Amino acid sequence: MAQHQVNYASTAGLPIALTSVDKLVNWGRSNSLWPLTYGLACCAIEMMASGASRYDFDRMGTIFRASPRQADVMILAGTLSKKHSEFARRLYDQMTEPKWVISMGSCANTGGMFNTYATVQGVDRIIPVDIYLPGCAPRPETLQYAMMMLQKKIRKESADMKKNTKQDLTTQTGKRARLI
Amino acid sequence: MRKYVPKDNVQGKAYYTDRFWVAPRVPREAVEDGHFADVVKALGKLANDAYVEIGQLVVQIDATDNFAVMKMLKETCGYTQCSEQSAVDYLAKDNEFELFWQLLNITEAKRVRVVCRLANGAAIESVEPLFKSANFAEREMFDMFGIKVNNHPFLKRIIMPDDWEGHPLLKTYPLIGDEFASWYEVDKIFGKEYRDIIGPENRDPAKVDRYDTKRFSRVGYEVPFGADISEGETARDIEYSETALVNYNKKTSKQLDERR
Repeated sequence: MAQHQVNYASTAGLPIALTSVDKLVNWGRSNSLWPLTYGLACCAIEMMASGASRYDFDRMGTIFRASPRQADVMILAGTLSKKHSEFARRLYDQMTEPKWVISMGSCANTGGMFNTYATVQGVDRIIPVDIYLPGCAPRPETLQYAMMMLQKKIRKESADMKKNTKQDLTTQTGKRARLI
Repeated sequence: MRKYVPKDNVQGKAYYTDRFWVAPRVPREAVEDGHFADVVKALGKLANDAYVEIGQLVVQIDATDNFAVMKMLKETCGYTQCSEQSAVDYLAKDNEFELFWQLLNITEAKRVRVVCRLANGAAIESVEPLFKSANFAEREMFDMFGIKVNNHPFLKRIIMPDDWEGHPLLKTYPLIGDEFASWYEVDKIFGKEYRDIIGPENRDPAKVDRYDTKRFSRVGYEVPFGADISEGETARDIEYSETALVNYNKKTSKQLDERR
């Protein structure tokens, strides 16, 4: 029998916090979301406004990065034309894991009012999307809310990205495929 | 019987047209005197027809004379700017294109439109040596109509991708529904075998996957994030706010976090 009973769960006055690895990693990931500086159309104006001093994304740890190698989040802000889709996908491929995608505005979500031969009818046809943000164009507050929702989503995820399923696509034949 | 759809013009049309409606025409005036009379005189036999529409001179020419007419207008008549150049599709009616060049004289503040008819499949001479702006305009005309331009320095598609099929401003080009166009990005990025995985274009923004609990939730049937509900879910009581303005700090109502 131990002479002194030790409560291992208490910090005993030491600067120690107990947590799980998942929570620690997700705390780090979700509080420094670095989006790619990548504007496609008029939604990018709202995205720039969100990053500028009035709405100030920096206070949330969200800093726009100029290189896909340093970015975690891709905000597809605006109409994606078919000619450009190849390059958008290449930028997405160049981003390092873990990475998330916000589809901002009606045009990125479904093609919006551009129901034509030259516009991608929803960016989720080529890039797996985490947050769909409606609006034409969404206000900066809405983009902030989308960022907060993404943070919330990341905090629920596993730190091991292999366990996280990205967007599932149901095919016409009923089988499910993954768009990585 | 299936409704007959003309193949030579697949553009969208108004679903109702007044049978007695007559399209208003711009009044044409004869060239009397002044600057425009000098222009017509300088062109001489090159001009097949010349008239004034809303203060602008319109000159009809042969397609083979376009470089000579432009050179004359630029060097003799002072039309130093080519502000616009393109074509109109009259293939269904006449098997011809109508090409036009819009020229501007800055000193006289006058505009001239040079118009010619070009048979389908024929090529036009480039006016790029005279007007540098014609470089991009002729490339756009080639891109949108497939009209070849002789002696152009760099005749290549300007708006559509280089490997695009078809010329979008032709009346025979559909706005939506072209197979090549609708699968373009999938074929290019993933390959043709991904077509049945990604599926056809779906523009329905209200598309809801019944069993997807990661992106959708139903009020009154809330389940944890990502839960499997293929066997059904249980109904939950809906809490309504009793005040118009909810103070979330006081937890008077249901919190968004619990609701998922």
